[in-house]
Amino acid sequence: MTTKELNVTLDAEGFMTDPKQWTPEIAEVMAAEEGIAPLGERRWLVINWVRAEAAKTGEFPSLRGISKNSGVETKELYELFPKGPAKKIARCAGYGKPKGCI
Amino acid sequence: MSDERKLAIICSKGSLDMAYPGLILANAARMMGIEADIFFTFWGMDIITKDKVDHLKVVPVGNPAMHMPQFIGGLPGMTDMATSMMKKEIEKLDVPPVGEFLQMVHDAGCGLYACKMASEMMHLKREDLVDEVDAILGAMEFLEKAEGAQLLFI
Repeated sequence: MTTKELNVTLDAEGFMTDPKQWTPEIAEVMAAEEGIAPLGERRWLVINWVRAEAAKTGEFPSLRGISKNSGVETKELYELFPKGPAKKIARCAGYGKPKGCI
Repeated sequence: MSDERKLAIICSKGSLDMAYPGLILANAARMMGIEADIFFTFWGMDIITKDKVDHLKVVPVGNPAMHMPQFIGGLPGMTDMATSMMKKEIEKLDVPPVGEFLQMVHDAGCGLYACKMASEMMHLKREDLVDEVDAILGAMEFLEKAEGAQLLFI
Protein backbone atom coordinates (compact mmCIF):
# COMPACT_ATOMS: atom_id res chain seq x y z
CA MET A 1 0.00 0.00 0.00
CA THR A 2 1.22 3.53 -0.72
CA THR A 3 0.25 6.79 0.95
CA LYS A 4 -1.70 7.78 -2.18
CA GLU A 5 -3.99 4.79 -1.68
CA LEU A 6 -4.76 5.79 1.91
CA ASN A 7 -8.03 7.56 2.32
CA VAL A 8 -6.50 10.74 3.75
CA THR A 9 -5.65 14.19 2.40
CA LEU A 10 -1.96 14.86 1.87
CA ASP A 11 -0.18 18.05 0.87
CA ALA A 12 2.19 18.25 -2.09
CA GLU A 13 5.08 16.95 0.04
CA GLY A 14 3.17 13.98 1.41
CA PHE A 15 2.35 15.35 4.85
CA MET A 16 -1.13 14.82 6.26
CA THR A 17 -3.21 17.96 6.44
CA ASP A 18 -5.55 16.71 9.18
CA PRO A 19 -3.93 14.84 12.11
CA LYS A 20 -7.38 13.61 13.16
CA GLN A 21 -7.49 11.29 10.14
CA TRP A 22 -4.40 9.47 11.44
CA THR A 23 -4.42 5.75 12.25
CA PRO A 24 -1.53 3.48 13.31
CA GLU A 25 -1.72 1.78 9.89
CA ILE A 26 -1.01 5.15 8.23
CA ALA A 27 2.16 5.47 10.33
CA GLU A 28 3.42 2.13 8.99
CA VAL A 29 2.65 3.10 5.39
CA MET A 30 4.45 6.44 5.83
CA ALA A 31 7.38 4.59 7.45
CA ALA A 32 7.62 2.24 4.49
CA GLU A 33 7.78 5.22 2.15
CA GLU A 34 10.48 6.81 4.31
CA GLY A 35 12.45 3.58 4.30
CA ILE A 36 12.15 2.96 8.05
CA ALA A 37 9.50 0.20 8.20
CA PRO A 38 8.63 -1.68 10.31
CA LEU A 39 8.44 1.01 12.97
CA GLY A 40 9.21 -1.13 16.03
CA GLU A 41 8.97 -0.27 19.70
CA ARG A 42 11.38 2.70 19.91
CA ARG A 43 9.90 4.56 16.92
CA TRP A 44 6.41 3.94 18.26
CA LEU A 45 7.49 5.39 21.58
CA VAL A 46 8.48 8.60 19.75
CA ILE A 47 5.35 8.73 17.59
CA ASN A 48 3.00 8.11 20.50
CA TRP A 49 4.74 10.70 22.64
CA VAL A 50 4.67 13.27 19.82
CA ARG A 51 0.96 12.69 19.18
CA ALA A 52 0.11 12.98 22.87
CA GLU A 53 2.20 16.13 23.21
CA ALA A 54 0.74 17.75 20.09
CA ALA A 55 -2.80 16.94 21.25
CA LYS A 56 -2.02 18.50 24.63
CA THR A 57 -0.32 21.70 23.43
CA GLY A 58 -1.96 22.10 20.02
CA GLU A 59 1.48 22.38 18.43
CA PHE A 60 3.86 19.87 16.92
CA PRO A 61 6.80 19.62 19.36
CA SER A 62 10.34 20.71 18.45
CA LEU A 63 12.97 18.05 17.89
CA ARG A 64 14.68 19.33 21.01
CA GLY A 65 11.43 18.90 22.92
CA ILE A 66 11.17 15.34 21.64
CA SER A 67 14.77 14.49 22.58
CA LYS A 68 14.38 16.04 26.03
CA ASN A 69 11.04 14.56 27.02
CA SER A 70 10.10 11.50 25.00
CA GLY A 71 12.71 9.20 26.50
CA VAL A 72 14.60 8.95 23.20
CA GLU A 73 17.66 11.19 23.00
CA THR A 74 19.09 13.10 20.01
CA LYS A 75 21.61 10.48 18.90
CA GLU A 76 19.06 7.69 18.89
CA LEU A 77 16.46 9.90 17.16
CA TYR A 78 18.88 10.37 14.28
CA GLU A 79 19.49 6.61 14.17
CA LEU A 80 15.80 5.75 14.25
CA PHE A 81 14.82 8.43 11.73
CA PRO A 82 17.95 8.96 9.61
CA LYS A 83 18.30 11.80 7.07
CA GLY A 84 15.80 14.27 8.42
CA PRO A 85 14.24 13.13 11.71
CA ALA A 86 11.93 16.15 12.05
CA LYS A 87 10.22 15.47 8.73
CA LYS A 88 10.04 11.70 9.15
CA ILE A 89 8.57 11.88 12.63
CA ALA A 90 5.97 14.42 11.50
CA ARG A 91 4.92 12.29 8.53
CA CYS A 92 4.61 9.09 10.57
CA ALA A 93 2.71 10.91 13.32
CA GLY A 94 0.25 12.39 10.82
CA TYR A 95 1.25 16.03 11.17
CA GLY A 96 2.22 18.72 8.66
CA LYS A 97 5.78 19.70 7.81
CA PRO A 98 7.46 21.01 10.98
CA LYS A 99 8.28 24.71 10.79
CA GLY A 100 10.28 25.20 14.00
CA CYS A 101 13.98 26.10 13.93
CA ILE A 102 15.05 23.84 16.74
CA MET B 1 15.77 16.00 0.56
CA SER B 2 18.75 15.73 -1.73
CA ASP B 3 21.40 13.35 -0.48
CA GLU B 4 24.30 15.41 -1.77
CA ARG B 5 23.48 18.71 -0.10
CA LYS B 6 26.10 19.74 2.42
CA LEU B 7 26.67 22.82 4.58
CA ALA B 8 30.01 24.06 5.94
CA ILE B 9 29.94 26.91 8.43
CA ILE B 10 32.91 28.96 9.59
CA CYS B 11 32.33 30.59 12.99
CA SER B 12 34.86 33.38 13.44
CA LYS B 13 33.17 35.47 16.14
CA GLY B 14 32.91 34.68 19.82
CA SER B 15 30.05 36.80 21.10
CA LEU B 16 26.82 35.17 22.22
CA ASP B 17 24.83 36.72 19.37
CA MET B 18 27.32 35.43 16.81
CA ALA B 19 27.45 31.92 18.29
CA TYR B 20 23.77 31.13 17.79
CA PRO B 21 23.26 31.68 14.04
CA GLY B 22 25.84 29.06 13.09
CA LEU B 23 24.57 26.55 15.63
CA ILE B 24 20.94 27.04 14.66
CA LEU B 25 21.67 26.68 10.94
CA ALA B 26 23.84 23.61 11.46
CA ASN B 27 21.14 22.02 13.60
CA ALA B 28 18.41 22.91 11.09
CA ALA B 29 20.51 21.34 8.34
CA ARG B 30 20.88 18.12 10.32
CA MET B 31 17.16 18.04 11.14
CA MET B 32 16.40 17.98 7.41
CA GLY B 33 19.08 15.45 6.55
CA ILE B 34 21.71 17.84 5.21
CA GLU B 35 25.32 17.12 6.18
CA ALA B 36 26.84 19.89 8.31
CA ASP B 37 30.28 20.80 9.64
CA ILE B 38 31.35 23.82 11.68
CA PHE B 39 34.90 25.20 11.67
CA PHE B 40 35.71 27.49 14.61
CA THR B 41 38.45 30.04 14.09
CA PHE B 42 39.75 33.27 15.64
CA TRP B 43 37.26 34.64 18.19
CA GLY B 44 34.94 31.78 17.33
CA MET B 45 37.31 29.60 19.37
CA ASP B 46 35.62 30.99 22.50
CA ILE B 47 32.49 29.05 21.57
CA ILE B 48 34.31 25.73 21.95
CA THR B 49 36.74 26.67 24.74
CA LYS B 50 35.78 24.96 28.01
CA ASP B 51 36.24 27.95 30.30
CA LYS B 52 34.60 30.43 27.88
CA VAL B 53 31.62 28.59 26.40
CA ASP B 54 29.28 29.37 29.30
CA HIS B 55 30.43 32.99 29.52
CA LEU B 56 29.86 34.35 26.01
CA LYS B 57 28.53 37.90 26.00
CA VAL B 58 26.40 40.27 23.98
CA VAL B 59 28.31 43.55 23.70
CA PRO B 60 26.13 46.66 23.20
CA VAL B 61 29.04 48.95 22.23
CA GLY B 62 29.45 49.16 18.47
CA ASN B 63 26.18 47.36 17.89
CA PRO B 64 23.67 49.68 16.18
CA ALA B 65 20.90 47.08 16.62
CA MET B 66 20.84 47.93 20.34
CA HIS B 67 19.31 51.31 19.45
CA MET B 68 20.95 53.20 22.27
CA PRO B 69 23.62 55.91 22.39
CA GLN B 70 27.10 54.37 22.31
CA PHE B 71 28.15 55.93 25.61
CA ILE B 72 25.26 54.20 27.42
CA GLY B 73 26.29 50.84 26.01
CA GLY B 74 29.74 51.49 27.44
CA LEU B 75 28.56 52.09 30.99
CA PRO B 76 29.59 49.48 33.57
CA GLY B 77 27.19 46.55 33.73
CA MET B 78 25.55 47.15 30.34
CA THR B 79 27.22 44.15 28.71
CA ASP B 80 26.07 41.85 31.50
CA MET B 81 22.58 43.27 31.31
CA ALA B 82 22.32 42.80 27.55
CA THR B 83 23.73 39.29 27.92
CA SER B 84 21.30 38.17 30.57
CA MET B 85 18.37 39.68 28.65
CA MET B 86 19.30 37.77 25.51
CA LYS B 87 19.85 34.52 27.43
CA LYS B 88 16.35 34.84 28.91
CA GLU B 89 14.74 35.43 25.53
CA ILE B 90 16.64 32.53 23.98
CA GLU B 91 15.51 30.22 26.76
CA LYS B 92 11.89 31.23 26.17
CA LEU B 93 12.23 29.99 22.59
CA ASP B 94 13.31 26.57 23.87
CA VAL B 95 16.79 27.12 22.42
CA PRO B 96 19.48 25.57 24.64
CA PRO B 97 22.49 27.42 26.11
CA VAL B 98 25.59 27.26 23.85
CA GLY B 99 27.30 24.40 25.72
CA GLU B 100 24.24 22.18 25.52
CA PHE B 101 23.65 23.27 21.91
CA LEU B 102 27.13 22.05 20.92
CA GLN B 103 26.32 18.67 22.42
CA MET B 104 22.98 18.58 20.62
CA VAL B 105 24.35 19.40 17.14
CA HIS B 106 27.19 16.94 17.70
CA ASP B 107 24.74 14.18 18.69
CA ALA B 108 22.81 15.13 15.56
CA GLY B 109 25.87 14.30 13.50
CA CYS B 110 27.32 17.76 12.86
CA GLY B 111 31.13 17.79 12.75
CA LEU B 112 32.83 20.34 15.04
CA TYR B 113 36.37 21.40 14.14
CA ALA B 114 38.82 23.81 15.73
CA CYS B 115 41.23 25.86 13.64
CA LYS B 116 44.82 24.76 14.09
CA MET B 117 46.32 28.19 13.63
CA ALA B 118 43.85 29.89 16.00
CA SER B 119 44.46 27.16 18.61
CA GLU B 120 48.19 27.80 18.43
CA MET B 121 47.76 31.56 18.48
CA MET B 122 45.59 31.37 21.59
CA HIS B 123 47.70 28.62 23.19
CA LEU B 124 44.74 26.25 23.34
CA LYS B 125 45.28 22.50 23.49
CA ARG B 126 42.80 19.73 22.78
CA GLU B 127 42.03 19.41 26.50
CA ASP B 128 41.12 23.12 26.68
CA LEU B 129 38.34 22.54 24.15
CA VAL B 130 34.91 21.04 24.80
CA ASP B 131 34.67 17.26 24.40
CA GLU B 132 32.42 17.50 21.33
CA VAL B 133 35.22 18.92 19.15
CA ASP B 134 36.05 16.19 16.61
CA ALA B 135 39.49 17.43 15.62
CA ILE B 136 41.84 20.37 15.31
CA LEU B 137 42.30 21.01 11.59
CA GLY B 138 44.35 23.25 9.36
CA ALA B 139 42.50 25.50 6.92
CA MET B 140 43.37 23.27 3.98
CA GLU B 141 42.12 20.16 5.77
CA PHE B 142 38.82 21.86 6.51
CA LEU B 143 38.45 23.01 2.92
CA GLU B 144 39.03 19.44 1.79
CA LYS B 145 36.29 18.30 4.13
CA ALA B 146 34.01 21.05 2.83
CA GLU B 147 34.41 20.03 -0.80
CA GLY B 148 31.12 20.51 -2.61
CA ALA B 149 29.47 22.12 0.42
CA GLN B 150 27.63 25.41 0.60
CA LEU B 151 29.94 27.58 2.65
CA LEU B 152 28.85 30.12 5.22
CA PHE B 153 31.16 32.56 7.01
CA ILE B 154 29.90 34.04 10.26
